[in-house]
Amino acid sequence: MNDMAAIILISVGVLFNIFGCIGLIRLPDMYNRLQAATKCVTLGCCSILLGVLVHFGIGSAGFRALVAIPILFFTATVAAHALVRGAYHFGTKMDKRSVKDDYREAVK
Amino acid sequence: MTSFLNILLYLQIALCAACLFRIIRGPTIPDRMVGIDIFGILVVGICGIISVQTDKAFILDIGIAWVILSFIGTLTLAKYLSGKKLNE
Amino acid sequence: MRYVALFILSMVFWLLITFKFSAANIAAGAVASAITAAIFGRYYFYNVYKFLQPRRWVWFIVYLTTFIWACIKANFDVAYRVLHPAMPIRPGIVKVKTTLQSEFARTLLANSITMTPGTITVDIIGDEMYIHWIYIRSEDPAQYTRMVIGRFEEYIKKFAE
Repeated sequence: MNDMAAIILISVGVLFNIFGCIGLIRLPDMYNRLQAATKCVTLGCCSILLGVLVHFGIGSAGFRALVAIPILFFTATVAAHALVRGAYHFGTKMDKRSVKDDYREAVK
Repeated sequence: MTSFLNILLYLQIALCAACLFRIIRGPTIPDRMVGIDIFGILVVGICGIISVQTDKAFILDIGIAWVILSFIGTLTLAKYLSGKKLNE
Repeated sequence: MRYVALFILSMVFWLLITFKFSAANIAAGAVASAITAAIFGRYYFYNVYKFLQPRRWVWFIVYLTTFIWACIKANFDVAYRVLHPAMPIRPGIVKVKTTLQSEFARTLLANSITMTPGTITVDIIGDEMYIHWIYIRSEDPAQYTRMVIGRFEEYIKKFAE
């Protein structure tokens, strides 16, 4: 029973990772790629770690997986924020389909 | 069950190959850095799957350390992009 | 006081990671936590007594459930945009005003915005947050402020300020 739940959670996680990586390859410019990939891959890996928690049960290994989840959330979001800000200052162009850019006046 | 976990593990490694495609191919430098960032998160998933497969818990420690190291690496790359000194 | 708070926090972290309650392990954890608290204590937690109010913890749990639901919705949103053959994207950077004051609350709000559907925080200058949005649904500032920030701002205001 536990094994079944763990397998299902891990499969859902890998499925989300696949969506994220398709986004990483398919979307047109750097900002959209970062957006799709960060969201999907972070939640996918959290789902995999939840599966690990279900597999090991409450105990030494389970708590390790549980501690890894908030660390993963905070580091992934902060790293994405730093990357997108750095890329804008570096001068990466946005896609042709972009409709609005309020940040340009603020940077000047 | 073990064979199904094997399939999931190979899928995850294939996703790492997709990140490598973005790192090699990426038209601009920030694209490559996005690939490196996502690669670092995917490895944590690989660590989780291997720890379930082999029933050993110490691999999760490697995962936690990998998260923090890849975070520091990405921050350094982002600082390089925005053209600042590292201690700012 | 805030050195003590950071000490307790890192001690709990250490015990959760190692999960052994022998005397030697607890002593090693205490030494490591003391060093951490002595070095990094002055950067965090300007008002520690907020931790002791139970009302804030209730709002924190309400915020957490909303946040997890928004996360799952964000994933299906991204999957729809990525798998659709024509890729319905309309990206842009919008400017949103926030009323939160403390640094910790602003960091939390920026992190929540990054994980909710289609948005990622680019920068915070003064009171204004700049947000990259993958599909801009309206041009009116008041309306898109409500769409982007949602209910997170009031929940965070209730437990973090």
